[in-house]
Amino acid sequence: MSSRLLPRIAATLLTLGVAWSAQAETPEEKGLAIAQEADRRAEGYGDTSVTMQMILRNRAGDESVREIRSRSLEVADDGDKSLIIFDEPKDVEGTALLTFSHKTADDDRWLYLPALKRVKRIAGRNKSGPFMGSEFSFEDLGSQEIEKYTYKYLRNETLDGQDCFVIERYPVEQDSGYTRQVAWIDTAEYRTQKVDFYDRKETLLKTLTTSGYQQYLDKYWRPDRMDMVNHQTGKSTTLLFKDYVFGNGYTDRDFDQASLKTAR
Amino acid sequence: MKRLLVCAALLAPLAVPAPARAEGRLKWSMELSAEGRYFPDDAAYAGQSDDNASASVSALPEVYYEWSRDGSLTFTPFGRWDSLDDERSHADIRELAVQQRLGNFDLRVGVSRVFWGVTESAHLVDIINQTDLVENLDGEDKLGQPMVMLSWTTDYGVFTAFGLPYFRERTLPGAEGRFRSQFAYAEDDAIYESGAEQRHFDAALRWSLSTSLFDLGISHFSGTGREPRFAPRVHTEDPGALASLIGQLGLDGLLRRIATQGDPDVQIDLVPVYDLIDQTGLDLNVVTGGWIWKLEAIHQSSRGPDYTAVAGGFEYTFFSVFDSSWDIGVLTEYLWDSRRDDPQPELTADDLDGDMLPPQIYPPLFQNDLFFGTRLSANDVAGTELLAGMVVDLDHNGAFGNVEASRRIGNDSKLSLELRVFDGSDPQDPLSLLRQDDYLQLEYTYYF
Repeated sequence: MSSRLLPRIAATLLTLGVAWSAQAETPEEKGLAIAQEADRRAEGYGDTSVTMQMILRNRAGDESVREIRSRSLEVADDGDKSLIIFDEPKDVEGTALLTFSHKTADDDRWLYLPALKRVKRIAGRNKSGPFMGSEFSFEDLGSQEIEKYTYKYLRNETLDGQDCFVIERYPVEQDSGYTRQVAWIDTAEYRTQKVDFYDRKETLLKTLTTSGYQQYLDKYWRPDRMDMVNHQTGKSTTLLFKDYVFGNGYTDRDFDQASLKTAR
Repeated sequence: MKRLLVCAALLAPLAVPAPARAEGRLKWSMELSAEGRYFPDDAAYAGQSDDNASASVSALPEVYYEWSRDGSLTFTPFGRWDSLDDERSHADIRELAVQQRLGNFDLRVGVSRVFWGVTESAHLVDIINQTDLVENLDGEDKLGQPMVMLSWTTDYGVFTAFGLPYFRERTLPGAEGRFRSQFAYAEDDAIYESGAEQRHFDAALRWSLSTSLFDLGISHFSGTGREPRFAPRVHTEDPGALASLIGQLGLDGLLRRIATQGDPDVQIDLVPVYDLIDQTGLDLNVVTGGWIWKLEAIHQSSRGPDYTAVAGGFEYTFFSVFDSSWDIGVLTEYLWDSRRDDPQPELTADDLDGDMLPPQIYPPLFQNDLFFGTRLSANDVAGTELLAGMVVDLDHNGAFGNVEASRRIGNDSKLSLELRVFDGSDPQDPLSLLRQDDYLQLEYTYYF
């Protein structure tokens, strides 16, 4: 029996529980059940590739643009593997980042520097640091695993005409940049619509809004756009996704050192 | 060995047919750089240029074509013009290679570059490519190396075999250039231990394994060593004058005099001598939290003295310090070389064989040295970074200081600063050769 099956049964029971006897369930149990159901629905995607445009805006509204290609591979019983290749800005063109994410342990990260033809091991401890000078941190963009948080259901609320669960999640890791996140997850498809991030001083730091969800393989929902606004600095970052491809046939071979060195 | 490698290279494509995919992709790019250097001190040796500043421009175009997810061709020529040193004005093919994946095999054929190693202050293990020394003293610029490289990825790590059919000579500063020893280099007259000279077939094997906890590599190289020794060569039109000068000053005294003030009757240059070597190397990263522990070690045997060298230390990173976006890394490495205690025999007239003296055994630059430094990353839109470090020689009290900083300007260009300071007061320390060559460099690079 796979270790993945137990939580799945638990999730199913808990989801049923939500329908049957909401009173018998604590807010923590209900929050976890919602996260598990969202995870269950996202499971089994296999692999994807996508092209991303990252638009960085400062307080004055000046923009700079990054172009990134990303490949990811679903790993059973662990976090996903991903390979990110930078196309813009041009001084980092050909730079590539290979990440093996884990459910609770630090990520494994290797950075390929094309000018030196060098693969550099970098510390996976960095979670709260900005990704490429953007308002997204490594943990915002990393593989979202259930085990990375504890949960609490707050309420149901309508957001932009959609009925949403509002849940709070608390990072398990000490190194997280957040004390808590408040997430709006729609009740129809369990897609994250909005997240408020609270920093270590418990003040509102950032808000993420996700839009343009499209369904792939008749099952998996992916957004076309994510907007992250930093309330404390006035900076913001928009992520535009295009050319989602599922079923590329990736294997572990496409996420190893040789692939990192030849990724372009 | 040679035959086995060739067979493997030929058979591999037959064993695993490449999947046919129609997803050709062509990319090209170009880097144009303008660089200025300022030397606060006058040059130390006779024959060097009096200029205290130099200007240089370089171009690095690249064409990349990918015919499938598994196969590609890369062509990267390089060229530089330098105002101060004719030898630094040079061109190279950094890369002209075909790369093909065949199941668990990766094959690369052509001129290419390969880097091995983990430490910051020295690159001991890295041996496949020759150093393009006129580009930068740090040894990180490399000449393109003709090769056949075959990697086999297994559950037990990656096994890679290299066939290296042609040797590239190290680029060396010209007579007018900075960063040379007291005599000019006779870079066109290199002497080889192997009768095949540059056509000696060199080979290398490497095994590497990466896990969450560590990255480990073990390698062996057999062939012509990339690092030359130098044999002083005496030129004179007047053998009588040479004999009387040797009689007067001794050979060692004569060499010193020629180095500092020159001599109308006698000139000396240094002929590179390339030995056949066997070198075994180990490189290791161990990763725990914010710590990265690093170790490189080599053992080299040749007709010269065998030696062992080790570099090891750590890098610890404080992420998002003081709730800012800055990361601060702290680096410390210790460098050791078994040749530190080798005696330096004084040259006498008896050592002179025709016009040649035997290859000199310079003590290694880092033999009992401590490196400490810091890496600052702003994680801002401009990608601002700074690496500052110092190597202190625990035997000779010499020190080498290094600052590298860079910042993106707009989306298409970058400004880089480099500062190097050589403090070598002890003449036993090879660093003292560079004592007048401190410099500040500013480089602007535009990316097309």
